[in-house]
Amino acid sequence: MNAPENTQTLSFIPASEFKQRTTEAVADAHLRQSFRSAMDFLMAKRAAQFPDADALEAQRALAEHIRRYSLSRLPELLEKLERQLTANGIQVHWAENAEQANAIIVGIAQKHSAELMVKGKSMVSEETELNHAMEAAGIAALESDMGEYIVQLDGEKPSHIIMPAIHKTKQQIARLFAEKVPGASYTESVDELIGIGRAVLREKFMAAEIGLSGVNFAVAETGTLCLVENEGNGRMCTTVPDVHIAITGIEKVVEKLEHVPPLLNLLTRSATGQIITTYFNMISRPRQPGELDGPKEVHLVLLDNGRTQAYADEQMRATLQCIRCGACMNHCPVYTRIGGHAYGTTYPGPIGEIISPHMMGLAATHALPTASTLCGACGEVCPVKIPIPDLLIRLRAEATHDARPGHAPLVGQGAARSALMDFVWAGWAALYSRPALYRAFVWLATRFRFLTPPMQSGWTVSRTPLKPAPRTLREQLAGRHLKT
Amino acid sequence: MSARDSILRRLRAAPPGQLVLPPDVPAFYAAVREQAPATDRAARIELFCERMSFWRGEIVRVTPGNWAETLRVLCVTKGVNSLLYGPRGPHAATLEAAGIKGLKPYDRPVDEWKPELFRDTDAGFTSTRGGIAETGTLVVWPDDKEPRLMSLVPPIHFALLDANAICDTPFEAMSAQGWISDKPVAMPSNALFISGPSKTADIQITLAYGAHGPKELVILLLLGEGES
Repeated sequence: MNAPENTQTLSFIPASEFKQRTTEAVADAHLRQSFRSAMDFLMAKRAAQFPDADALEAQRALAEHIRRYSLSRLPELLEKLERQLTANGIQVHWAENAEQANAIIVGIAQKHSAELMVKGKSMVSEETELNHAMEAAGIAALESDMGEYIVQLDGEKPSHIIMPAIHKTKQQIARLFAEKVPGASYTESVDELIGIGRAVLREKFMAAEIGLSGVNFAVAETGTLCLVENEGNGRMCTTVPDVHIAITGIEKVVEKLEHVPPLLNLLTRSATGQIITTYFNMISRPRQPGELDGPKEVHLVLLDNGRTQAYADEQMRATLQCIRCGACMNHCPVYTRIGGHAYGTTYPGPIGEIISPHMMGLAATHALPTASTLCGACGEVCPVKIPIPDLLIRLRAEATHDARPGHAPLVGQGAARSALMDFVWAGWAALYSRPALYRAFVWLATRFRFLTPPMQSGWTVSRTPLKPAPRTLREQLAGRHLKT
Repeated sequence: MSARDSILRRLRAAPPGQLVLPPDVPAFYAAVREQAPATDRAARIELFCERMSFWRGEIVRVTPGNWAETLRVLCVTKGVNSLLYGPRGPHAATLEAAGIKGLKPYDRPVDEWKPELFRDTDAGFTSTRGGIAETGTLVVWPDDKEPRLMSLVPPIHFALLDANAICDTPFEAMSAQGWISDKPVAMPSNALFISGPSKTADIQITLAYGAHGPKELVILLLLGEGES
């Protein structure tokens, strides 16, 4: 059991395809324009929220402290959360992987003979591909966050964790609604488009037997599930249907309610540049005797799906500090150019590059940590100070090496290793550790430079060929010395 | 072994790492407060109004003597034909005496009248537990007398806020409710911070109001007699 067999095979995408998708994405001028302008907007909005660098630093230090403290006591806090939620009348379920989580949720829905589930925004349910599992069981699963509703209607997946439909223009959405929503006529007015979505979804909130949501913070001491949202669909999903199921990763727990305000403050400011969202919803109990509304049953599904693998390593544990604000992707030069879909994973951008290998294994994801210039912007804006660049470097090493002594191998450990690469590096090491050999090599390389091929595989696609200088650096320096 | 036990066992098998002491959040906020200029009631009210207006919350200044009549007039001007209220709520008697047209009591479980609530209820009226100046936020605590959906489903939400109950920050608001303290009171089944009407920017980051919840939030800001 120590090597968790909980990698998710559902959304397996060969790493080789990542490069092809990025090439396509970079060539799509329209997509690049969408992301460039949206990310510029979000970066400016965030920056306006933090005029005082020292104050921001103090807040980040506190938020990091809270997250590190919570993780340091994670098993204990999870048990405490379970105890308190159970005492409050909320049923707690545990799932090691996506399949188990989906089975739990399908089971609850079937017990209630449900035909329709409305979903508030939940990236964890995207991670488990819950919608497929529900549909396979004959239960409709409808996304109700406006952005998620739009991408679901078009048979797509979110391209950003906070703004799922950021890759689409209003003209595309207007055509989509006119085509797919019965009775909707073509309009490019954003207010009218939102009105169409509102009208459709209100009927669904009323009809659904089950409402599903994610969780932003789970408070162990009080047994409270906290949800952050602007649209009100989260409140609809957690209040109108008879049954509310919340699903969350095991890392989202904090000990006390007092730990929430500092995290909430940085979450909304970092994500969308808002001081607070329209709704901050704290759910501690199902409908009580005498209450006239609210769900009669509330469930919480706690999902591992590779998180314990990250937890097992002291350095990679920091990955789990994440509060899912999306600031790292908003500031990532690679994400801005290729967009969210190119990654092929639930979580795109820098956070996706460091969390996906634990969820899906390095065999499927080893290319992701290389999709970074290591410029450091992600680590600099992260509100909980996850050292993302360090973790990218670490995962690059894990993808090409055996596990460090005393460390259990990661799922897919060494998956990016190739005999050719090992040979090249062994040769490099031999040259650079033997001065005589090195001198002989550079002498030959400079004298036979005319043999350098003009076409050098991927390098020359957009660059001039590499060619050794006519004389070695050593020779050039010696010559210069003589002249002066 | 159950999923629960294997997850917990894997977590416990991990190296403990550096000892992390509990963060002292109250001390952090106390230090921030010491550096900031002291606020008074008038400043809190002013900041609350500014921030709530930024969220498109509509502020109407009222007094204990005139708020119900003000609400009646607002209902007329906004064309409200049905106003949902809690018949056992703290303001029921005042509302019933105000002569508001189409006053509708929330007096039975939602399951019995869901379609009417969704399709045929123009506005809802609730009390609030307080406000937050820094963020422009209402603290709403639905209960058996004023149920959860009153502030969510009707297109207009009227909320009565006592100006004396406005705190500076979310942390102070949670402390004022007794949720953060050495001996915290039990959290209500559902508690809410509400900052403006529902909204979305999911289409081309263009802000639109009235996403799924209320399209309008009207705050009846209760001041002392002669203060407004």
